[in-house]
Amino acid sequence: MKKIKSICLLLMIALMPLSSWANEQKEGEAIDIPEIVLHHLADAYEWHIVSDVSIPLPIIIRSSETGEWHFCTEHSLPDGFFFNPEAHGKIYEHMADGTSVRPLDLSITRNVVQIWIVVAVLLVIFLSCARWYKKHDKTDNAPKGFVGAIELLVMMINDDVIKSSIGEKHYKPYAPYLLTVFFFILVTNLLGLIPIFPGGSNVTGNINITFFLAVCTFLAVNLFGNREYWKEIFWPDVPIFLKAIPIMPAIELFGVFTKPFALMIRLFANMMAGHAMILAFTCVIFLGWTLGPTLGTSLNIFSAIMLLFMNALELLVAFVQAYVFTMLSAVFIGLAHPEHHKD
Amino acid sequence: MITSLLLAAEGLAQLGCGIGAGIAVIGAGIGIGKIGGSAVDAIARQPEASGKIFTQMILTAAFVEGCALFAIAACAFLIK
Repeated sequence: MKKIKSICLLLMIALMPLSSWANEQKEGEAIDIPEIVLHHLADAYEWHIVSDVSIPLPIIIRSSETGEWHFCTEHSLPDGFFFNPEAHGKIYEHMADGTSVRPLDLSITRNVVQIWIVVAVLLVIFLSCARWYKKHDKTDNAPKGFVGAIELLVMMINDDVIKSSIGEKHYKPYAPYLLTVFFFILVTNLLGLIPIFPGGSNVTGNINITFFLAVCTFLAVNLFGNREYWKEIFWPDVPIFLKAIPIMPAIELFGVFTKPFALMIRLFANMMAGHAMILAFTCVIFLGWTLGPTLGTSLNIFSAIMLLFMNALELLVAFVQAYVFTMLSAVFIGLAHPEHHKD
Repeated sequence: MITSLLLAAEGLAQLGCGIGAGIAVIGAGIGIGKIGGSAVDAIARQPEASGKIFTQMILTAAFVEGCALFAIAACAFLIK
């Protein structure tokens, strides 16, 4: 422990003169932290790796004026299209009558590529585990190593969350969806914490992604609900004055929509806030370089420690948010199959 | 007169967002503090159950934090 402390101290003292190297800003020109943070949280038409190196991603747009499809990258936009700075850099098109309109935009943006990377990771993990199970039969010992770890995680979700919420009788059709949602959100959150390619894109902090996951849960709950479930919403077992003027049915119907909405907002806000804090602490380091050696270095040391702490907290939050989303989805699905009580 | 009123109105909207987010965080802080306090009390009474209690605490804290983040998300959309 003493050796570690003395090495750290030596490193901090030795690297202090480097602060004059890294200063690319003019003195007195403050960096715009909110703009940098928002730029990194948003989607983009390229994957930016280091200062000048970025991977241009394919842009697929259909012109609203001529109706033809264009395939290009961001360096070679066809005439009539431009990146609209008022709409956060999205592609807009100049129409003949002078207005700007958003064309049909099916581009492969950074979030799309990140989701594909997550899908590839999940396929590799689970197909290799499935191969182990095909080679051994029921009477063998439990798996060890990587397959054993994955089995631990899957069985924990399966038993503690899915089976206990939905019940033994009909949890099996919903288990694939819930396990997929858990591992997708977990791996996406974890990959979002890696600062460089192939991670680093803010997928679950994008409200469109979480909206789609919430819609999936909404469909899984309501398309397969019991007669009893719909009866309890529209004609519950309450005194008549609460259900004739539809107070209770209106509230229950409202609840059918607000529960997935809460799922969406919870996941979105947690992940966006976490990524925003990590990005803000990183930007403070760049701000510290412009403040001069003493004040700047102490600010940077504090900011670096907070950065490590926030990253560790985000690892915990990544797992907890995936777990909470899956558990709440399982609870809602379980509530959609109530048993009929006889009074 | 009207322009100064309009400028003041936009500033007031931003102020409202800031104050709203702050009040939401107070609620979250109180809620999660109570959860943490009860969890620590329970662990002090029965240290063998500390694993289960810790899991429950993290879970319930995630729910309370979800509520506070509702308000934060609403204020973030309004700040523009």
